[in-house]
Amino acid sequence: MSAALRADRGGRLLLGTLIAACVIVPLLNLLPSPASALHLSNYTVTLIGKYMTYAILAIAVDLIWGYCGILSLGHGAFFALGGYAMGMYLMRQIGTRGVYGNPILPDFMVFLNWKELPWFWQGFNAFPYALLMIVLVPGTLALVFGFLAFRSRVSGVYLSIITQALTYALMLAFFRNDMGFGGNNGFTDFKDILGFSLQAPATRITLFCVTALTLGGSYILCRSIITSRAGRVIQAIRDAENRARFIGYRVESYKLWLFVLSAVLAGIAGALYVPQVGIINPSEFSPTNSIEIVIWVAIGGRGTLYGAVVGAFLVNYAKTYFTDALPSMWLYALGALFVIVPLFLPRGVVGAIKART
Amino acid sequence: MILSLEDITVSFDGFRALNALTLSVEVGELRCIIGPNGAGKTTMMDVVTGKTRPDRGSARFGQTVDLLGLSEPEIAQGGIGRKFQKPTVFENHSVFENLELAMAGAKTVWKWLAVRTTREQVDRIDQVLHTIGLTERRLDIAGALSHGQKQWLEIGMLLMQDPKLLLVDEPVAGMTPQEVERTAELLVSLAGKHSLIVVEHDMAFVRSIARTVTVLHEGSVLAQGSIDEVQSDARVRQVYLGE
Repeated sequence: MSAALRADRGGRLLLGTLIAACVIVPLLNLLPSPASALHLSNYTVTLIGKYMTYAILAIAVDLIWGYCGILSLGHGAFFALGGYAMGMYLMRQIGTRGVYGNPILPDFMVFLNWKELPWFWQGFNAFPYALLMIVLVPGTLALVFGFLAFRSRVSGVYLSIITQALTYALMLAFFRNDMGFGGNNGFTDFKDILGFSLQAPATRITLFCVTALTLGGSYILCRSIITSRAGRVIQAIRDAENRARFIGYRVESYKLWLFVLSAVLAGIAGALYVPQVGIINPSEFSPTNSIEIVIWVAIGGRGTLYGAVVGAFLVNYAKTYFTDALPSMWLYALGALFVIVPLFLPRGVVGAIKART
Repeated sequence: MILSLEDITVSFDGFRALNALTLSVEVGELRCIIGPNGAGKTTMMDVVTGKTRPDRGSARFGQTVDLLGLSEPEIAQGGIGRKFQKPTVFENHSVFENLELAMAGAKTVWKWLAVRTTREQVDRIDQVLHTIGLTERRLDIAGALSHGQKQWLEIGMLLMQDPKLLLVDEPVAGMTPQEVERTAELLVSLAGKHSLIVVEHDMAFVRSIARTVTVLHEGSVLAQGSIDEVQSDARVRQVYLGE
């Protein structure tokens, strides 16, 4: 780990910032009175927490795109699946506090006149089981999808297109009421997690810190991988796939393994997103979401990992600002970024900063 | 016999790229293969390295190994190295790392996550660096090398795998006369320790390295022998030298 972070100024800066945030944000949120100028509102804490889950997602995409050349335009699907797994746990925790007061069935099932819990909902009342599913569901989907795609040597733009198709298909499926995932409303109105109220400031702060630590951990994990010898192979595959194959590497298994890891990270990010934002619905599967992730990475600086974090924060802050101040302008701004960044910042924001210093 | 191809036929949409090709190479031999464009030279290499599966025929490596049942990485691990026509090195890695990546040994994901390069392996890399004349460029990024140096680095990467057989596709295309000379010395010095198959268009270069030359035409062997025998063969002169 220490070897991985040596000569990585951007990474050390990121980790330092995260640790500082874990100290400063709780202090400023809990200690000053809400009227004080120093007070950090719950809204801001949740917002930063949400950005951090996006940052984990961006790292996951940068890991495969920046280092192995796999451009996934469907990573939102893995994020959403992790989110749904967490959402199922949170729905089960509502219990009798739902509108219909059914101790077992979530409201939407009562509404659909369902009599018993479908088999795939079994077990989600237990937190450890939900944690397992958060890892297992995106991981398994990535394993099966990646196995088929990489074995058939689908790569480049073709792979990007089928990842789009994957997330689109899942979106359509999750929109259906009879799928058992709440249809277009998804899940919301969560009450508590592990017995702690999601509205309580202490719970929000804890979720914030867990997200910050997960972000830091994801960074260190990905950085360790890409600085290992396997990481050099991964980058070699990106630069000259056939050469790697003809010196004896099983290119497919390197790609598959990295793709699965990336999907699992995306799933974990989704699971952290849902309790903080308080809702998950099929729009998370929408193809444009997945494309936005790629834009974060490109703007931040592809192939640096910490650039992905910078990009996720910059673009999402801009999005929050625009959708609040000039709602109609956001899509134009996004489009403009799409044109400006490749022209003037081909290596992203961090690449431009690096070139100056 | 290090390689024997028998009756290999490959068709692409009805076009026969290889037509009942039969060819064998002795251990330690340096064999040159020439032939006009479309004669099947590259397809022959594709078959040997597992990239293309023939419709018919057999391909044996050494006495026992059947190449047709193996995947590309298995063939590479088994001791056949291939140099592409266009120099293909890992441009963002250093010269040293390029050779390190190419090193013989297990190449699975799990082994490579933790493993470190040993002292002996570093010595072996330095030895190969010396052979290919890139000792001074050891820590430079491979993308910064000249065209000729990239070609040598790629040959070095093949050497790192301790191959029994090296397939070298047009090594001197685009090289300066000095680089061509240096490449000829390098390939000749490798013969004996390894078996080599060199595909080349440059007849002066072929003359400078070849002992035996095989002429391919329309997917099968047209003639075989010393460079002088081949160049005086009437059929070869007709199809290849355009007379």
